[in-house]
Amino acid sequence: MATHIVIAGGGTAGSIIANLLARGLHEEINKGEVIVKVIDKEEKHMYQPALLYVVFDRFRENEMFREMRDLLNPSVIFIHDEIEEFDFDGNTVRTKSGKKVNYDYLVIATGSKPRPDLVDGLEENGDIFYTLEGAKKLRDKLRKFDGGKVLVSVAAPHKCPVAPLEIIFMLDEYFRQKGIRDKIDLSYTYPIGRVHALEPVANWAVPEFEKRGINYETLFNMEKVEQGVVHSMEGFEKEFDLLIAIPPHKGSESLINSGIQDGWVPTDRHLLKAEGYDNVYVCGDTTNLPISKAGSTAHFEADVVAENLIAEIKEGHPARDYDGKVMCFIETGFSSATYVWFNYTTPPDPVPPSKMIHWLKLGYNRVYWLTARGIL
Amino acid sequence: MSENNVVIVDARGSFCPGPLMELISKIKSVPVGTEIHVLSTDKGSAKDIPAWIKKVGHEYLGTEEKEGYWVVKVRKTK
Repeated sequence: MATHIVIAGGGTAGSIIANLLARGLHEEINKGEVIVKVIDKEEKHMYQPALLYVVFDRFRENEMFREMRDLLNPSVIFIHDEIEEFDFDGNTVRTKSGKKVNYDYLVIATGSKPRPDLVDGLEENGDIFYTLEGAKKLRDKLRKFDGGKVLVSVAAPHKCPVAPLEIIFMLDEYFRQKGIRDKIDLSYTYPIGRVHALEPVANWAVPEFEKRGINYETLFNMEKVEQGVVHSMEGFEKEFDLLIAIPPHKGSESLINSGIQDGWVPTDRHLLKAEGYDNVYVCGDTTNLPISKAGSTAHFEADVVAENLIAEIKEGHPARDYDGKVMCFIETGFSSATYVWFNYTTPPDPVPPSKMIHWLKLGYNRVYWLTARGIL
Repeated sequence: MSENNVVIVDARGSFCPGPLMELISKIKSVPVGTEIHVLSTDKGSAKDIPAWIKKVGHEYLGTEEKEGYWVVKVRKTK
């Protein structure tokens, strides 16, 4: 009997794991001893960090997608279907089309989803750039925007923790380049008591805000949005002409349907296995781990999950622990960037922004497809 | 994770998004009256979390120092 490995989700984590398994277990796969399947409702894989650039007309839609089938190693079976429910005790995944896919090992890599519907009035009165549709709508509004109050308001939890800072700095530069910065009141709100979750990043960002004339308010959690005004959980209000919101996120509906609260799967922080299930790994945004929901997190976790699955199948036990590693580029405008890296025990220490790091980020935007293929 | 009707938010080793952000994310999804314990290796959270609780109007139940981490206790009141 073959060992079936089912990967739920073909995003960054899912595609890296599938491709690493295809190489690491190629002998077993060729002999029919191991079968690797990826299930995803999308036929195309999106490079999500490009959404930030779409807002400013710096990335075209066709550049940010690849066919899922082309991205996956030919020995991986791709099932184009939507997962409706997981039966963790029955080792089965049920799909929308009625398929029951059995597994010996499961990898949950179903990601996270922005949920503007969770903030009263946000969908009607605000813009988001965490979806392609939202980014394009915002791009079109910005093209016509000629002055007024622009507010970036951040909710929790959300993926890509540096994106709110990146967009505020890019907006500042965008309006300067258009020659209308003096007609724009640019403001930013953040849920905790500083302007970014990472203290060294917040310490670096505040003088930048002051230098660029960006207003900021902390301990502000969006609760309700009405036309032209955001109300916070803390009892304060902010007015706007254009609200760019980073909405709260949740995990996949298929997990919520399976009894997992908010779709965040309780996960062992080192082995990346679902608590209580020795044959289920969890990777990327959908873990409940207290670390950044970011592509790099998914990437570093995926390396560990793939290596452990290969070791389990070849030798009967996992090979190594995940150390909490995260690395994020931070664009500080259109011509400079910095980066942070940290893990469970090492705090981040951002370097001064430079053109070189910005160029590296622009280069990575193009070579990301090697990461998804499990090469870089 | 929950133990005796207390919801545990284990934010040890969290630099980003950090313990307070983990609490804010969790508190929205639990019923009023729930007691939440935030486990944090970051000493600053022992100050930041009570400050936010006070601002929003939830109940701060105290902070306990354990070996190498702090437990900040909160009850959701609204």
